[in-house]
Amino acid sequence: MITLTHNKISLALHLLQEGSGPTLLLAHGLGESSPDSVPPVAAGWIGSVWALDFTGHGASTVPLGGGYTCEGLASDVDVALAHTGPATILGRGLGGYVALLTAGGRPELVNGLIIADGPGIAGGSTGPSSATWIDPAEYGVAPDRFALAELSIDVRPPDYATSFARLLLTQSPLEVPLVVTAKNRTEWLDAVAAEPGVITEPLIEALARFS
Amino acid sequence: MLIAHGGFDFAETFDRFAPLLADGGWRVVSWDQRGHGDSAHAELYSWDADLRDAVAVLRSVTDKPLPVLGHSKGGGLMMNLAEMRPDLVSAVINLDGLPSKRSVPDIADHERSKLMVQDLTNRFNFRRHAHEEVRRPGTLEGLAERRGRMNPRLPTEWLQYLVSVGAKQDDEGWRWKLDPSMKFGGFGPNRPEWGLGRMAGLQVPLLAVLGSEVEEMSWGTKPEDVEPWLPYGARFEPLEGVGHFVHIEQPRLIADMTLEFLG
Repeated sequence: MITLTHNKISLALHLLQEGSGPTLLLAHGLGESSPDSVPPVAAGWIGSVWALDFTGHGASTVPLGGGYTCEGLASDVDVALAHTGPATILGRGLGGYVALLTAGGRPELVNGLIIADGPGIAGGSTGPSSATWIDPAEYGVAPDRFALAELSIDVRPPDYATSFARLLLTQSPLEVPLVVTAKNRTEWLDAVAAEPGVITEPLIEALARFS
Repeated sequence: MLIAHGGFDFAETFDRFAPLLADGGWRVVSWDQRGHGDSAHAELYSWDADLRDAVAVLRSVTDKPLPVLGHSKGGGLMMNLAEMRPDLVSAVINLDGLPSKRSVPDIADHERSKLMVQDLTNRFNFRRHAHEEVRRPGTLEGLAERRGRMNPRLPTEWLQYLVSVGAKQDDEGWRWKLDPSMKFGGFGPNRPEWGLGRMAGLQVPLLAVLGSEVEEMSWGTKPEDVEPWLPYGARFEPLEGVGHFVHIEQPRLIADMTLEFLG
């Protein structure tokens, strides 16, 4: 495990497989953490496989008093990319949405983004909503209760999500830089999947495309 | 009453205004928001975290509903607090915390997307090295002069006073206490005008004050942007010839307005 610094957070980045060829970076779902080994679906990947624990998850720092945003986690992914170099990102649920935000700003570092099913794929409302009062009894353990609460209600307007998809689609040198494999669709993901140039296919095929 | 400062400010920015409320018979409590003034530099920052911090402060003061007042971001926070925990708030006073639709320059779409890439790149680059950031040192007068560029309507003596309480001195000079990892800008899905939608649903008495003089820190909101969203019975005071820092430019006027409103 490698420890990276993102402001006051220590991020845990795990090397699951060392190999030559394209690099794969796994971004887990809400409440999850990095797997101990390469997931079976990615068994055919011959390059290196890294997995990142987001802030408040796995072996990364659990901050005091919450304050989570997907935009903040997008920098977690960017800090990981600074270490791994250009990589294909397989994002599960929340990790797929967060990696979309990163990919929009770092198209040169993302050799394909796969948005897959997983916890936290829905997010919260697509428009303004009431704030939620949370007062968790358990502090300091991963997954952080603040993360579970805050990142399951974050606002995800479809036009906001598609603006990042368009940045990736227009700036990436790849012919197909963005694949949606998730079957569980909410408004933001439907809008992203409908963008011209975005491919929808099974996860195993998406991984084969980028490997 | 609980009063909340604006973004990149701190509780002492009420040092001219709050005593006038106290003279009117109120116990006035404020706090430095996380990362600001003398409060801890937090690991994470968000609007919701600020709201929870506000409730923590409020609970340390009283277990009864009380009036809340906020300037700029603090005004938006207090309106959101009244919506999130209506059981804790008896009245809201919002001092020029009424953002409306962002004014976007009229540029072609492809130009805008280039701007966004640049914004995102700058943001990500900043975050990669945020842990190495330090506040730039300077003289007390120099920091006041820098702040004056963002607050051009405020007198030099006041800005220098703000440095004396909002900055600290070390061997290299004065530095703002504000967490250096906090930075203007950033990106996110929330739209400034959503706060007005929240305002429409408030049931407690509301006093909304708008500074009409546009300056660097202003939202550029016009009275006609606010009026359709006012809840029934709300008091709305657009002020001509006053900038964003209404309580610093016109402390007596705003204090009297507040005291009269609260009865």
